Amino acid sequence: MQFDNEARVFFSAKSENESFARLFAAGFLTQLDPTISELTDVKTAVSEAVTNAIIHGYENKTGIVELFCGYVGKHIYIEVADKGKGIENVEQAREPLYTSKPEMERSGMGFTIMETFMENVRIESIVGEGTRIFMEKTLAKE
Amino acid sequence: MELKFKRKNKTLIIQISGEIDHHTAAELRRQTESALEQMGGRNIIFGFQEVTFMDSSGIGVMIGRYKQIQSLGGRIAIACPNEKIEEIIRLSGLSRLLPSFPTLNEAIAYAEGRESDAV
Repeated sequence: MQFDNEARVFFSAKSENESFARLFAAGFLTQLDPTISELTDVKTAVSEAVTNAIIHGYENKTGIVELFCGYVGKHIYIEVADKGKGIENVEQAREPLYTSKPEMERSGMGFTIMETFMENVRIESIVGEGTRIFMEKTLAKE
Repeated sequence: MELKFKRKNKTLIIQISGEIDHHTAAELRRQTESALEQMGGRNIIFGFQEVTFMDSSGIGVMIGRYKQIQSLGGRIAIACPNEKIEEIIRLSGLSRLLPSFPTLNEAIAYAEGRESDAV
């Protein structure tokens, strides 16, 4: 796909980098003059996807998370990927309140929040190879 | 993220400022448990007036504290959340267990009301 503009960053799967990922996405998309509400939606969705990569993909072990942001006009594309353990049952993972880690006080709301705050969420995952989450959203035109 | 703790009657008020994500949630959990142990209290109010961001990690911490407080027969409430945070709480279906109030005083009244009900 040909984007009007795009940016990609790779960072260690450390929880300290969750805020960096949000700021990276927000900083890049500021070029499109989004509303504060739209920016918060994107930051929240990115935060959920990156947290999933760190906790579930790499299970808090060493790894690299990839974050891509791009846009065509006012339509934005975000991808968050890891090369971790992958998701065995994607449909189950998408169910509200489902968590594979209740002992860590995870709410199981990650995918529900991504799906609510973004317009289109697609998950590609291969067990043993990793997960890539694709998210899209059209920003309001002025 | 910064936390300020205050005890009012049987209610522990935790004023949070900054962002709540998976990284800071661990600290929120640790400090809240420590404050409950040292300062006591049967109810918890999380003051969100200065919270600029929260994802579902915050919900996880609230659910954990709800279970803890429920076992003491207390109540938990959220004061002054912004619109997005309120939406996240609503999405999680926890609005009834973790009610939110536009002011700290209303949240305190809710928590104290439970105590008077129990008498």
